[in-house]
Amino acid sequence: MNLFFQQIINGLTLGSIYGLVALGLTLVYGILHVPNFAHGALYMVGAFMSYFFMVDLGVHYWVAMAGSAGVIAVLAILCERLVFHPLRNSPPIHDKIAAIGILLFLEAVVQMFWGSDFRRMTSPFTGIMNFDGLIIPEQRLLIIVAAFVLVFVLQMFLRKTMTGATIIAMAQSREGAFLVGIDANRVAMMTFAISGALAAIAATLYAPINLVYPAMGHLVIMKAFVIIILGGMGSIPGAIVGGMIIGFAEAFGGFYISTAYKDIIAFGLLVLILSARPQGLFAKGAH
Amino acid sequence: MLFKLGSLLMKPGAKMAMLAFALVFPFLASNEYQVYVMASAFVWAIAVYGLNIITGYCGQLNLAHGGFFAIGAYTLGLLTADAGWSFWPAFVAALLVTAALGFLVGVVSLRLKEHYFAIFTLCVGFIIYLLIDKWEELTHGPIGVRDIAAPYGFGVVDFTETTPFYYLVLAFLVFSIWFMSRLSRSLLGRTFIAIRNGDELAQSLGINLMRNKVMAFVLSTTYAGLAGALYAGMVRFIGPEEANIVHTFDMITYLLVGGIGTLTGPLLGTVGIVWITQSLQFLEEYRMIIFGPLLVILVIFFPRGITGQFLTWMHHKAQSIAPANKRKESKVVNTQRREVENNA
Repeated sequence: MNLFFQQIINGLTLGSIYGLVALGLTLVYGILHVPNFAHGALYMVGAFMSYFFMVDLGVHYWVAMAGSAGVIAVLAILCERLVFHPLRNSPPIHDKIAAIGILLFLEAVVQMFWGSDFRRMTSPFTGIMNFDGLIIPEQRLLIIVAAFVLVFVLQMFLRKTMTGATIIAMAQSREGAFLVGIDANRVAMMTFAISGALAAIAATLYAPINLVYPAMGHLVIMKAFVIIILGGMGSIPGAIVGGMIIGFAEAFGGFYISTAYKDIIAFGLLVLILSARPQGLFAKGAH
Repeated sequence: MLFKLGSLLMKPGAKMAMLAFALVFPFLASNEYQVYVMASAFVWAIAVYGLNIITGYCGQLNLAHGGFFAIGAYTLGLLTADAGWSFWPAFVAALLVTAALGFLVGVVSLRLKEHYFAIFTLCVGFIIYLLIDKWEELTHGPIGVRDIAAPYGFGVVDFTETTPFYYLVLAFLVFSIWFMSRLSRSLLGRTFIAIRNGDELAQSLGINLMRNKVMAFVLSTTYAGLAGALYAGMVRFIGPEEANIVHTFDMITYLLVGGIGTLTGPLLGTVGIVWITQSLQFLEEYRMIIFGPLLVILVIFFPRGITGQFLTWMHHKAQSIAPANKRKESKVVNTQRREVENNA
């Protein structure tokens, strides 16, 4: 029974990370209708930034996380300004190719500075909690709690503040948002900044139980895409629910079916679902 | 002057000149390695022509292309190294396997549009990579496949040597380009372009979207399989890295630099970039620092690549030379120009 609960904890941890990454992706898609393939690279650079702050500058874990979130937010805004904004009227295939260009560039730059070695990032939360045989590492608990807090804060921001409401308005109807005088550029930049910061925080949370290396974003971003297709592209609750579905499917699949193939489970799920429902599980209508 | 040079390139003679250059290249090359590099550039060019069918002509961004390249390579590799087949039967099998798998993947994935299709094929490419990496009983996993048979010659030619192999690859490349040029002029090719320009409009003209898209997809994966099989016969050792998504991104770069949706673009882009990366060895590892921004700059400023840009420029030149043309005629010129671009 304990093993079963252990898998629930694992599923929650994975689901939290995937959910955070997918949230950023879905926010950007909701506003600009761009599938940002570079999002995984932002996640990876976020982990390296935290690593850099902690190891080379010797700052505390939390400070490193905040610094990394800030850096990646700026980087994401730059991507929007320099790449996606000039392409806003191009055919959709161009956005995707440009996003791939950013991805390749960021990965190569990180590889140039840090090499392709696997690095271990330390965290102050190395303890292990033992609830009557159920073992929960502190870092995993931190991930789950942090994800829930972030999602809550983000929801509050989007629902209760004026600036947050402009993002929702843009996602609901571009023209309608223009009519009431919402500045599209500001909203786009803000969305990219939030999405980048979420990716950096997710990476910093996950890095201590995983490793830091230039290709670390590949699997995560692909799973995040699976998640937002599952949850409907542009849907915020969909990203969170989808993240949990994939997280649990992986934790239980990896434990009860096969560890070697656990990464395929998410993609297999996607193939199955899209074969049956080409518009995704929760999508209201195709764009 | 430049304009005349341009019109020269448009003439069929230019293609003959390029072919003649390719034919004498082994004699001009200073060492065997250069011939080898050129042969590998041709192999990649064949794969890029495949990508051009589905992405350039039909407008669907296929991110599993590198995966199908690897399937072609692995089919040939496993059949010759493990099952003991000889090269040419395994070669044909590689084409059939990639076509069949392309059909299966196409039927499922092409029901999805635009972003969904790109993301789906990205995942398919990754599944292919994971399967090759993890399914050790079949693919030997990360160890890779060794002792792949080389193509045996018919009669006097021995394809295990670099120069004869170069001509073999060249023959396949010429065939691929010839096929492409026939395709782009045919009703089928025009149907693909109609789908790219607007699938709802195409559908309203009575075009069966699904059938044509699947057709384009199968053709493109078969090209990838052909290139993969040739690649396996050339390097004789393959590993899971052949399915790495990076190869797909490389091919997209070649395609965009050369000119997406054009006939000479894939060749120019592939051969050009392969030689540039070869001559700047330090670029090999960090080539993406230049390729990444290059992709972005290309799609923002020159979305049609070298060939497309060149044709647009020629068109403007032609118009400024004959400014007296009536507006009515310029419309005709415009359609003609589009035709030329699709066939160039």
